[in-house]
Amino acid sequence: MQYNIYGYIFVMFAVTYLIRVLPLTLIRRPIRNRFIRSFLYYVPYVTLSVMVLPDIVQATSAPLAGLLALASGVALAWSGKSLFTVAVASCAVVFITELIVL
Amino acid sequence: MQQENRAWFLRGVHDGVPIMLGYAAVSFTLGIAARNAGLTPFQAFLTSLLNNASAGEKAGFTVIQANEGYLAMAVMMLIVNARYLLMSCALSQKISPRTGLIPRLIIGFEVTDEIFGASMSVPGMLNPWYSYGLIALALPGWSLGTYFGVVMGNVLPARVVSALSVGLYGMFLAIIIPPARKDRRIAALVAASMAASCAAAYLLPGLSAGMRVIVLTVAISAAAAALCPLKEEDDAV
Repeated sequence: MQYNIYGYIFVMFAVTYLIRVLPLTLIRRPIRNRFIRSFLYYVPYVTLSVMVLPDIVQATSAPLAGLLALASGVALAWSGKSLFTVAVASCAVVFITELIVL
Repeated sequence: MQQENRAWFLRGVHDGVPIMLGYAAVSFTLGIAARNAGLTPFQAFLTSLLNNASAGEKAGFTVIQANEGYLAMAVMMLIVNARYLLMSCALSQKISPRTGLIPRLIIGFEVTDEIFGASMSVPGMLNPWYSYGLIALALPGWSLGTYFGVVMGNVLPARVVSALSVGLYGMFLAIIIPPARKDRRIAALVAASMAASCAAAYLLPGLSAGMRVIVLTVAISAAAAALCPLKEEDDAV
């Protein structure tokens, strides 16, 4: 049978939205449990770190460009540059590196 | 209060610029995948407007292309987007308990990797207006990018797509590195997570990126919570 594309889009939306909105609406109080509090405190750092590597190296046409973007991003963020600066500088590093090596 | 909300909104708009640019580039390539799956530009636009999920939408287009049915679609979304459940739990602790239902429904609508990261990086409690500012740029960037991806296909040079696709990772670094500098526990956690992620990607090539994020996030965060639980004064969350 041929399913309707709008039906598919609705199912995508419904499931994804429920996943995102249920914890935010149901958990309305600060969690007291020390383990869960610690767990949730660490979640963003682990998630974002896991998403950066190895993906940053695979996202660029030349892996070297991704590596250099990683190195410069870490250095700039370490020295306290803003989100915007670090993001734009990473793009620039990749663009220039790929102009040279590709 | 109103003035404070306005300032937070503008700060969100400012931080939303790199998110919007990155989204426009990534969703443009997503639009190409949507076209291959047989979606019209409007259908692809609608999907992105309602979903705001790169891996989730990509997986969804695969299901549509193979015509595997609504149940398969629901299960696929549940797995690929499960990490948003964790992010939403973490965000529930970042907003004031007095936050009303409407702000919660709006913030929940746009829990993405990037917006979650930016939201968690603000000091103290999250003002919903900061999220609104981020969403005001991210959502059009994402949905219109998808639309133009379907319409224009491969018109953007590969060099530009390649460069822009890294902006999102640069943003992630700007979020995790400054706290790592201040707190050695977080620095160790970031290094261990990156190493584990590389190891998992190369040793288990069959594991999808979405599953890798979920499994490693749960395992490493739980280990860190067990080994290094927060003290009472660590109330930064």
